[in-house]
Amino acid sequence: MGPFLFNLFAVFSVVCAAGVVLNKNAVNAALCLLLSLVGVAGLFVSLEAYLLAFLLLLVYAGAIVALFLFIVMLLDTKGDARPTLHKLPLLARVMAFALVGAGVGSFVVRGQLESPDLSRTPALGASLKLYAYQLFTTYLLPVQILGFLLLVAMLGVIVLSKKFDGLDDIK
Amino acid sequence: MVDFYLQLHPVVQGLLKGLAVILVIFPLGGLCSMAERKVSAWIQGRQGPNRAIVPWAAWIPVIGPFLQRIGLFHVMADGGKMLFKEDALPGHVNKFYFVLAPIVAMIPALTTVTTVPFGAYLDPSGQVIPIGLANVDIGLLAVFAVSSLGVYSLILAGWASNSKYPFLGGVRASAQLISYELSMALSVIPVFLWINEPGSEGTMSLSRTVAFQSQPGFWGGTWFIFLMPVSAFIFLIALFAETNRQPFDMPESESDLVGGFHTEYGAFKWGLFFVAEYAHMIIGSAVFTLLFLGGWNPLPWVSLADLMNWAHHAIGSPLVIHPLVVGLISIGIFLGKVILGIFFFMWVRWTVPRFRYDQVMELGWKKLLPLAIANLLAYAIGIAIIQK
Repeated sequence: MGPFLFNLFAVFSVVCAAGVVLNKNAVNAALCLLLSLVGVAGLFVSLEAYLLAFLLLLVYAGAIVALFLFIVMLLDTKGDARPTLHKLPLLARVMAFALVGAGVGSFVVRGQLESPDLSRTPALGASLKLYAYQLFTTYLLPVQILGFLLLVAMLGVIVLSKKFDGLDDIK
Repeated sequence: MVDFYLQLHPVVQGLLKGLAVILVIFPLGGLCSMAERKVSAWIQGRQGPNRAIVPWAAWIPVIGPFLQRIGLFHVMADGGKMLFKEDALPGHVNKFYFVLAPIVAMIPALTTVTTVPFGAYLDPSGQVIPIGLANVDIGLLAVFAVSSLGVYSLILAGWASNSKYPFLGGVRASAQLISYELSMALSVIPVFLWINEPGSEGTMSLSRTVAFQSQPGFWGGTWFIFLMPVSAFIFLIALFAETNRQPFDMPESESDLVGGFHTEYGAFKWGLFFVAEYAHMIIGSAVFTLLFLGGWNPLPWVSLADLMNWAHHAIGSPLVIHPLVVGLISIGIFLGKVILGIFFFMWVRWTVPRFRYDQVMELGWKKLLPLAIANLLAYAIGIAIIQK
């Protein structure tokens, strides 16, 4: 049952992720993203990382994709009005191919991760206490850096949206 | 019968249990619509629905007229109408999402029930064992995670209807539900800071919250609504906003959006939206009861175990503490509190006028969120000092 569910959710989330990229309609793409996230949450459940699964649903599926949909609806983008791919600058193409190459390369070379200490893995996934402990000790620096990045992004958004203060039609 | 049930495959057992709970929640949603009419009539000094009756019920002497007066047959007539009315599909809608939206409304509303415990019984050693479909460690987080998916039904309904008013309703829903989710999550953190005392295994289980409110002694038996009134207040307001109840029913808002997100819906699809709304209310007031109103404990400072032991001494029959009896009594107490919560929802709906949308946003971001953060900080410091 376990490996079967794992494979099912893995295929499901990859297919949905492909749907995000390939869909012309932005709302369809956002809903594919939602399904893909649900698939990843299913993967976490089959790995007994319940906390991560529900946090993923709560934060990403419940709030962030809803926000995406909100923006998509407000902007009312038409699928066929998007700029076509050949207008991409050369640098962006090179970067994209390099990233894809690096991703595929690392998958080929290190596709099988070293198995972690199994006696600790379920406890980390299932117990809130151990999870919180790890977050505030071993992984404190990455958490702080990510928090700082989010703060910078938020400040950027505030600065960008302040620009419209002088206009009369936008309040 | 019990042996036959225990022989079944665990999956079949789980399905049967889930079905039993759905069979309670779904009609309860229908009954809520009856209660809504009667409560509104009561508040506005009217009679409310009191005419419809079927012949065979009119023949029963006392019960028949009583059922007529409380308007029970109006609910049945409504249900019948919704089932048999023509289910029109407007020509200009996105058909796939239009049909999907009411289904998406029902699924999270009924899925959240799995992690909400709704009663308890005493095992032979006197331990209180919670009754629920799944008693998981991350109980509340699961409820929040699954119920937050309910917003997609409103967004999809609004978008797929492909007309102005539903669209505005859908956009309002997405912004409103995200805004209030933050305050809601922040308001319950003090509760879990308090119940995860040093040395205990960390948990977000709802049944542990109840166990914490049924300890002996003055502070042990205090319900969290007395211990953390600000948390309860913020949670309640956020609950109104999350369930789209007045004064927060922006997505629907009949006076300015016709019918909001469900303007284009009719017949049973419309009915599904409403059963989902009432199911969300039931789950919401169940969670509020578990967190702040002592769950299945009958009174503050009187726990279920106290009550049953007292009854056992008073009556003297071992039948009183039979798991079945205790289970039924605890479920009865719990349901009573949930129904009181639903009554409160209706009371507020028919008393308070609807906010404007900018007022909803201002209340959410500028008042409730800072208050929730300040409340969290104050309780975090206080709990750190007390539990040191």
